[in-house]
Amino acid sequence: MADVLTNSKAASKTPQSGKLVEMSWDPITRIVGSLGIYTKIDFEKKRVAECYSTSSIFRGYSIFMQNKDPRDAHFITSRICGICGDNHATCSVYAQNMAYGIKPPPLAEWIVNLGEAAEYMFDHNIFQDNLVGVDYCELMVKETNPGVWEKALKTEAPHAKEHGFKTIADIMKSLNPFEGEFYRETLQVSRMTREMFCLMEGRHVHPSTLYPGGVGTVPSIQIFTDFLVRLMKYVEFMKKVVPLHDDLFDFFYEALPGYEQVGQRRILLGCWGSFQDPDHCDYTYKNMDAWGKKMFVTPGIVVDGKLVTTNLVDINLGIRILLGSSYYEDWGDNGEVFVKNDPLGNPVDRRHPWNQTTIPKPQKRDFGKNYTWVMSPRWYDKRTDDYLALDTGGGPIARLWATALANIVDIGYVKATGNSVKIRLPKTALKDEAEFEWKIPKWSNAIERNRARTYFQAYAAGVALYCCEQALKLVHAGKTETFTPFKVPDEAIGCGFHEAVRGVLSHHLVIRNKKIANYHPYPPTPWNANPRDIYGTPGPYEDAVQNTPLFEENGPDKFKGIDIMRAVRSFDPCLPCGVHMYLGGGKVLKEMHTPTALQGLSKK
Amino acid sequence: MKISTVPVQADYKPAVKEIHVLWMTTGLGCDGDSVSVTAASLPSIEDVVLGAIPGLPKVHLHNPVLAYEVGDDFMKWWHLAAEGKLEPFVLVLEGSVPNEKIKSEGYWAAMGTDAKTGQPITTNEWVDRLAPKATAIVCAGTCATYGGIHAMEGNPTGAMGLADYLGWNWKSKAGLPIVNVPGCPVQPDNMMETLLYLLYQVAGLAPIIPLDDQLRPTWLFGKTVHEGCDRAGYYEQGDFAHEYGSPKCLVKIGCWGPVVNCNVTKRGWMDGVGGCPNVGGICIGCTMPGFPDKFMPFMDAPPGSAVSSFASGIYGGIIRSLRSITNRTVNKEPKWRHAHAELTTGYDPKYYGDGSTK
Repeated sequence: MADVLTNSKAASKTPQSGKLVEMSWDPITRIVGSLGIYTKIDFEKKRVAECYSTSSIFRGYSIFMQNKDPRDAHFITSRICGICGDNHATCSVYAQNMAYGIKPPPLAEWIVNLGEAAEYMFDHNIFQDNLVGVDYCELMVKETNPGVWEKALKTEAPHAKEHGFKTIADIMKSLNPFEGEFYRETLQVSRMTREMFCLMEGRHVHPSTLYPGGVGTVPSIQIFTDFLVRLMKYVEFMKKVVPLHDDLFDFFYEALPGYEQVGQRRILLGCWGSFQDPDHCDYTYKNMDAWGKKMFVTPGIVVDGKLVTTNLVDINLGIRILLGSSYYEDWGDNGEVFVKNDPLGNPVDRRHPWNQTTIPKPQKRDFGKNYTWVMSPRWYDKRTDDYLALDTGGGPIARLWATALANIVDIGYVKATGNSVKIRLPKTALKDEAEFEWKIPKWSNAIERNRARTYFQAYAAGVALYCCEQALKLVHAGKTETFTPFKVPDEAIGCGFHEAVRGVLSHHLVIRNKKIANYHPYPPTPWNANPRDIYGTPGPYEDAVQNTPLFEENGPDKFKGIDIMRAVRSFDPCLPCGVHMYLGGGKVLKEMHTPTALQGLSKK
Repeated sequence: MKISTVPVQADYKPAVKEIHVLWMTTGLGCDGDSVSVTAASLPSIEDVVLGAIPGLPKVHLHNPVLAYEVGDDFMKWWHLAAEGKLEPFVLVLEGSVPNEKIKSEGYWAAMGTDAKTGQPITTNEWVDRLAPKATAIVCAGTCATYGGIHAMEGNPTGAMGLADYLGWNWKSKAGLPIVNVPGCPVQPDNMMETLLYLLYQVAGLAPIIPLDDQLRPTWLFGKTVHEGCDRAGYYEQGDFAHEYGSPKCLVKIGCWGPVVNCNVTKRGWMDGVGGCPNVGGICIGCTMPGFPDKFMPFMDAPPGSAVSSFASGIYGGIIRSLRSITNRTVNKEPKWRHAHAELTTGYDPKYYGDGSTK
């Protein structure tokens, strides 16, 4: 067994008996980006023993951003991601607003919120039903768990009245790629939601109307009408989708007792908050705690089910970028300290994004040493002196969890209660008003991450309804300014906190001589897909997969790894920002002379 | 069941029965072009995959964002193609091609694992293996076509477009040059329409695809943003925006529309909705070989625009004031529309009885 495991905190969890078989999946498909998952599986115990997550692409944004005009930052950083580029553009604009000391007119904020709500509605929709959904479709279930398919045929869907599918098998059939009825319907819905996005931000995926200081969108009555009409169709659609997914996911717990352990890990969730309230947000660092708490998704860190903080200043200062198993040189003591203290006087760590220096060092992939282009972001918990491998849960579960516990949000259509989040969807053409309640689940696992995604689609629609009303009030009152002029200062720092669709997103910016001196974006997937850090702590995918029992009926010869796929995809992996799974035909380690995948590990 | 003897496309037997589309997303990119293509509706992916358009061969799409298969099951198609056992196929590349020669080991971009070495197979190796075997190669998006964002000044990977890597005169074994569909990301229907054209060509239903010297389809990129822009009329009248959020011409605040080859203003982004300057976005030239460096800083006026917008300011100012006079006139109804007792429209009534005599 390789040293890397015995040294790690994870080692104690690893079952050590039986024959371990190497299994890898690279690339993992039906995600955006290049992810590989390399595992050792104990088929006797039907458990994953070890897992390594690797990414095979490096581009170097934080390097080529240097010395550029800071006003170009959002145009460039949008291109980090081809599915949530607008989340980057928005986050960059937030960071620039702080650096330039400006506040956009309220209507601009409502327009950005509407764009972001449309983005959540689109992206969760297409990911859930055209990408994740395939893991639960007829073809896949027949191939991996014929027994479950038999049961699905006989199981009536409890909410058949609301969604129209009589049995669970009917739902699964409908999810078959391209041919399934619901699959094709959701593709259409994903197009309609992207049109909503284009109405607010010009085009998708890299928006064209966002600027520091506001938006270029001309706020005509027409764009809000065009948005609202489509939104109400989406609201009607969600009244079918929430009960449909509840039926599908509940069925898995019932059909496969113990399924709650798939993709389960300790509850370590991070959410950086989303949707600014223009009545409170002034983008100053000094007031960041106060306006952060007014967001319509509350920022927060949840550890073992308890809310540690909702303060964006605490969140900011706790971020650490660790190396360990990635292809970079440590900037350690030689790196320049760009920001010694934050604007409130608090010390800023060397390993904070403001002070990071990125030095790529391409090298061979070696699972005993370095094996990925992803670094290891951690959140330093000063209470316990731990570098927590927070995950984003793919976004929604962390968002809903933090918002529910914080118990602050109440905007009519969505309301936090302390242990749940209520979502009210008004009457639509063919359906009555409906209320959905997302309750804090017992586990942070694959099924609950997926379920939260569905509820957050409804949540985003609720926020969009509210923002659309607020925007129209301003337009009706003739308050149609959408841009605040500004000057780029000689020296400044800024940070933006936002939720990309799949979780936490921050941008940290340092300006000197009106140019970018340092810029480090931290998208959600590096938080989830990272490798073992310098302390040996595995990244969240690695940790979640390492704990996973296997329910697939196929043995090693025909093994698809469906439970592993479900565990990983539940996090909504998206690695233009870093990860690949490869199925390495099943090799018994003891008899192996290391031809392929886990080279380095199997040497010893 | 045939109802007529007139030959129609629906009866046509394409030159090849089946074709594979191998869509690689492992250039240095963001997968935005794959995501963009799921937004296409003219045609949509499902239209093409499910055979909703007559005359086409059966299309097998292998794209990692949409694939049913994972890992080796997915990579199987790439290995078959490299061995010459997948015939015919179109290779689509997304993302720029890194320069793997500038370092001693490791990789910038890779897909799959080499069974012999246990190391990742680089994107460049895949291009080297597949290019000689492909019927056609299409570059989706500005990264693959010309290098794009990841090839900007100061980049550490030496990234470039595919034509820079394979050579601008490269031809497929079928005699086709590389087909470039630029855009950051590619406009959804532009990409699907180009693929559809190539499928028609492979099927024997269309002549060789017309391309300009930057290898772009001429019917999509022959005009400028400005020529299709909602706001071009403001430019013509010398009426310029000085702040974002204005409905006027955006040239003075950073729009490069007059010199950028792109149809987004005419076509919109999705089914006519959106499209940068129409909505309020400056054109930053994202379809162009010079993108991004030659357009930065984006939010400043293009250097050449000062002269032309000055000229347009004078000429357009006069035109605008003359037009506003006419505009006032045509905004008034003709005087004969009224509720008075006499008819003043110019019609000469003969049978209106006593009250209508002249």
